[in-house]
Amino acid sequence: MKKTLFDKVWDSHVVQQVSGGPDILFIDRHMVHEVTSPVAFLGLKNRNIPVLYPERTFATADHNTPTINQHLPVEDPLSAKQLKALEENATKHGISYWGLGHEKNGIVHVVGPEYGITQPGATIVCGDSHTSTHGAFGAIAFGIGTSEVEMVLSTQCIMQPKPKSMRININGKLGKGVMSKDVALYIISRLSTSGATGYFVEYAGDVFTDMSMEGRMTVCNLSIEMGARGGMIAPDEKTFNYIKGREFTPSGAAWDKAMQYWETLHTDAGASFDKEYHFDAAEIEPMITYGTNPGMGMGITNGIPRADAVEGGEATYKKSLAYMGYNEGDNMLGKPIDFVFLGSCTNGRIEDFRAFAEIIKGRKKADNVTAWLVPGSHKVLNAIKEEGILDQLHEAGFELREPGCSACLAMNDDKIPTGKYAVSTSNRNFEGRQGPGSRTLLASPIVAAAAAVTGKVTDPRTLL
Amino acid sequence: MAYDKFTVLRSTAVPLPIENVDTDQIIPARFLKATERKGFGDNLFRDWRYNQDNSPKEDFVLNNPTYSGKILVGGKNFGSGSSREHAAWSVYDYGFRCVVSSFFADIFKNNCLNIGVLPVQVSAAFLADIFAAIEADPSTELVVDLPEQSISISTTGASEQFDINSYKKGNMTNGFDDIDYLLNIKDNIRDFADNTPL
Repeated sequence: MKKTLFDKVWDSHVVQQVSGGPDILFIDRHMVHEVTSPVAFLGLKNRNIPVLYPERTFATADHNTPTINQHLPVEDPLSAKQLKALEENATKHGISYWGLGHEKNGIVHVVGPEYGITQPGATIVCGDSHTSTHGAFGAIAFGIGTSEVEMVLSTQCIMQPKPKSMRININGKLGKGVMSKDVALYIISRLSTSGATGYFVEYAGDVFTDMSMEGRMTVCNLSIEMGARGGMIAPDEKTFNYIKGREFTPSGAAWDKAMQYWETLHTDAGASFDKEYHFDAAEIEPMITYGTNPGMGMGITNGIPRADAVEGGEATYKKSLAYMGYNEGDNMLGKPIDFVFLGSCTNGRIEDFRAFAEIIKGRKKADNVTAWLVPGSHKVLNAIKEEGILDQLHEAGFELREPGCSACLAMNDDKIPTGKYAVSTSNRNFEGRQGPGSRTLLASPIVAAAAAVTGKVTDPRTLL
Repeated sequence: MAYDKFTVLRSTAVPLPIENVDTDQIIPARFLKATERKGFGDNLFRDWRYNQDNSPKEDFVLNNPTYSGKILVGGKNFGSGSSREHAAWSVYDYGFRCVVSSFFADIFKNNCLNIGVLPVQVSAAFLADIFAAIEADPSTELVVDLPEQSISISTTGASEQFDINSYKKGNMTNGFDDIDYLLNIKDNIRDFADNTPL
């Protein structure tokens, strides 16, 4: 039987099947944060049951944390209470906890790979839809709800029907100024925001083989934005070199044993997928979104498509453009913007800051732009300082904030004001996502940088 | 958390004929700061339902006294985006026990099934029939029969079958949950864990 990469990892984690129902899937690694876990821990308390394998769960605070003055007590009493609850729950159950101010603190999907918690062939879940990020290492990783968080804490398993399989192949070389974010936004624009619902995706082809681990994480991160439960890329030398020597990566004999498993993790020649797509790298431009879901994206030099060319129905489309203050056929180039947000689990890694710095170096932040640059973790923050990027940012008139999810979901004070436009490297342009009434244009770090120095939507290739 | 058993539900319905309704609309992130499952119904569709000064938006369906009931009918791809179970809690706590759409996002659908809200996926044509029937007569009732896996429209008599796996159906009709099931096979899980490579 020829198997896909996904089949190999999934099938090896099925504890048993429920007749007429889902598979019972064993979970190797579980990550929790403050927002989707308190009610799950409360459930354990009400049932009076323990965490079955505390060493398989890792907790970090990220969604609800301030990104300035983290050394001070958290001002918002509700946020403070939620953070306190995570700390108490983790301590009580013997779970590793990297809270605010901890040297390992950061966004859950940034710190997992940084410390080697994320490994090929593992099953990884978290109460957060962007858990798909970890698929970049050849793991099956996906987001779950709070009831399932409670399930994993108490039994290290969840019950899931096996999703259908999809492979997305992109061959060829990416053009100048085209980043992994553009590849993902391109795919989503082609498949729509629900085009992969019910599927687990494998990304294959030259473009993903050539991509850095950070780039692969960005692509897998955005799998959920086309409805897929997750996305994954077969591990290769690049993957093994990335994870080797990290704190939670196996070493010595354990590494050799793990490698025996990891080296089997590829789709067998001749294995079949329920659905398959092929795209050409040369077709992909720097991308930008113009609407209120991530499927409403286009090449930055194009005009906003007509309603009949977009999935979602005319009423929904018109509502979306009215919210954004745009019209069918408008060019996005030259549109004025107010905010730039660099960060999130999608694009808050060191490579993203390096790319941003390449554009702003020797230029100045536009006066009409407020820029929030938020590293994904303390490790990223330290690298920004060590590599001299912080000096470049300061010279160009930018400030750096402290790690967290920040304006991606605007749970803390980092909210884009009503009616304002933000070019954001995050993952969702939903109505009000970055603050009530905020308008989001999703883009790559260099499109964000180009907007930050020109004050409007600008093709970054003109600044390279 | 325990929920009421679901067998047959006969109710008027609230129509929301918009596609790609994401969970940030169902419950915006700033209302996710609770440490208990309380008060989420008040903030269901917060920014579509209320102005920023907290006055109700007259044109939003939940503020229109013409429509009420325990069934929410949404456009295609309902519940996309964030995995926040708070979205399903908001729907339940507001008083809905069933959401009907022609397509659901995966995680939202799972979350609903885990907390006692029945997601009923119908064909695009049947969804259009439901919207038309409610528009013609807001007192139209939908009858959702879980044991029979059928949904029908009282005013037109039209009906359609829907899918649900037999395990989840059993849970919903009996008010069971997955954790009780899994706790019963804990020894098997321990044996499995002892033999995993990672």
